[in-house]
Amino acid sequence: MKWLGRSSSEPLWKEEFSVRTADERYVTRRQLTKFLVLTSFGMFVGNLWILFRSWFYKPPTFPEQTVARVGEIPVGGVKLFTYPTKDDHCILVRIAENKHVSYSQKCTHLSCAVYYSQESNRLECPCHKGFFSIADGSVLEGPPSRPLPKILLEKRGDELVAVDVKVS
Amino acid sequence: MPQNAELPPKTRGLTAIAGAMSLIAVLLIVQIWLLSAALESFLAGKRSSALPAAIFSGLMFLVCFGLYLFVDRVDADVRHSSADQ
Repeated sequence: MKWLGRSSSEPLWKEEFSVRTADERYVTRRQLTKFLVLTSFGMFVGNLWILFRSWFYKPPTFPEQTVARVGEIPVGGVKLFTYPTKDDHCILVRIAENKHVSYSQKCTHLSCAVYYSQESNRLECPCHKGFFSIADGSVLEGPPSRPLPKILLEKRGDELVAVDVKVS
Repeated sequence: MPQNAELPPKTRGLTAIAGAMSLIAVLLIVQIWLLSAALESFLAGKRSSALPAAIFSGLMFLVCFGLYLFVDRVDADVRHSSADQ
């Protein structure tokens, strides 16, 4: 492959280890160019990897899980549970007589556990003073940049069932 | 101001290689930005940007590769012309 390889009849070692300083500059610059082009290829491969991941991405499915009974917690009360796995801690709040909301308890800033403040009617992260709306989990104040993942609940009889996690 | 043809082959060669390398470096910076933007978008759940990002990154890699071939050729030409002298 003459177009890719060397066009010289000189042995490779003679070309690469030039006696003359001026020739050596060509070698080092060519090697640096080669390294830059390889890095460019790496960037391209990285983009291809993202493309394949997005093509073959399957949205996660969440199990249904009963998290509480309707009258189990009083208005303004809280229940902690885990969903969808044992490592995903969530908070359920009864904000009105007939309204329950539930969010992931993990702060979107640095993963501290958020708690419900009845006085200010919002979810608060004690670590860095991040405040989230109780209505939709959006950020009200503080360092978090993303809202809390919302646990979608369905009322089945007198049971509240978690069916999905909505990440905005 | 001397014309380009009047310059010694080595000077011309080095100028050409430096120019090509600068262009490759600029393209590489754009590619790095493109990769980080595509990754951020992918992790945020937006998957529509992955295809255009991959296409543009591929095009930039091809340009870089073309420039590398140019550098390789200039390098060989200049060194052989100086060896002949």
